[in-house]
Amino acid sequence: MAPLAPRSGDAVFASVERVNAELFTLTYGAIVRQLITDLEEVEEVNKQLDQMGYNIGVRLIDEFLAKSNVSRCVDFKETAEVIAKVGFKMFLGVTATVINWDAEGTSCSLVLEDNPLVDFVELPDTCQGLSYCNILSGVIRGALEMVSMKTEITWVRDMLQGDDAYELRVKLLKQVPEEYPYKDDD
Amino acid sequence: MAAIYSLFIINKSGGLIFYKDYGSAGRMDTNDSLRLASLWHSMHAISQQLSPIVGCTGIELLQADTFDLHCFQSLTGTKFFVVCEPGTQHMEVLLKVIYELYTDYVLKNPFYEMEMPIRCELFDLNLSQAIQKDRVSLLGR
Repeated sequence: MAPLAPRSGDAVFASVERVNAELFTLTYGAIVRQLITDLEEVEEVNKQLDQMGYNIGVRLIDEFLAKSNVSRCVDFKETAEVIAKVGFKMFLGVTATVINWDAEGTSCSLVLEDNPLVDFVELPDTCQGLSYCNILSGVIRGALEMVSMKTEITWVRDMLQGDDAYELRVKLLKQVPEEYPYKDDD
Repeated sequence: MAAIYSLFIINKSGGLIFYKDYGSAGRMDTNDSLRLASLWHSMHAISQQLSPIVGCTGIELLQADTFDLHCFQSLTGTKFFVVCEPGTQHMEVLLKVIYELYTDYVLKNPFYEMEMPIRCELFDLNLSQAIQKDRVSLLGR
């Protein structure tokens, strides 16, 4: 009865409204630039981007659920696949690959070959510690928290720092049970 | 013909964040609507625990002599429910549409505070259009 979770986000991507990619990329660049001017320290900028991403994520998750028609995931593995294939496609127009699962199935890497946020970006020497795309990790953290998964997300590879791809390490810290806390009979 | 009597949206902690009346019968004051919302929240939670089915997600439809109550809970815990004339069709679809409107016009409004009562004109506007359309399609049948 429940619709099958789509394996790809192509259909949703085709149906949602989109903006010009360049406008998006440039707007993000302007935000990061302004944060660097305002906060001065790159560490602070990273933190702020993560917080901004988190604030977006806690709202974005509902749109994702409402428009993608995915149903409840059975395990964290499925969650990661859905984020990589449907989530990234729907909001960024690209897909990620899920690799490097640990033995417990609680942490994995999302690898992005293509990242529209960085189309025109070259990091200057003064900003070497900057995690330019830190907003993405915040978005995923915020979104997963709303569906009762506490996660920790770190950047492993960053093309702006000279790596060959973007790699996000997603680690499931704990799954907060959705049950109501009252246990009268205990 | 008033197929839909009222619409409620409850946040994940059981607080009423949106209430709208469509029928003339059984209009409620603010206190009553708040009470009904938290009552439904608790009943929904109890139904999950009472259900013999593992992984039950709570009551979806309550049928009474004078009304039907259709409830939809998103995976994030927000509940949407409509009270309508007995036997009204396609309410699940309508609730889904309302959920989409909520993500578009409430959550994307940067001045909306999460979990707080919804006061967004655009949401009201699009909502009444959706409900209107629903009524028109019912009349056409």
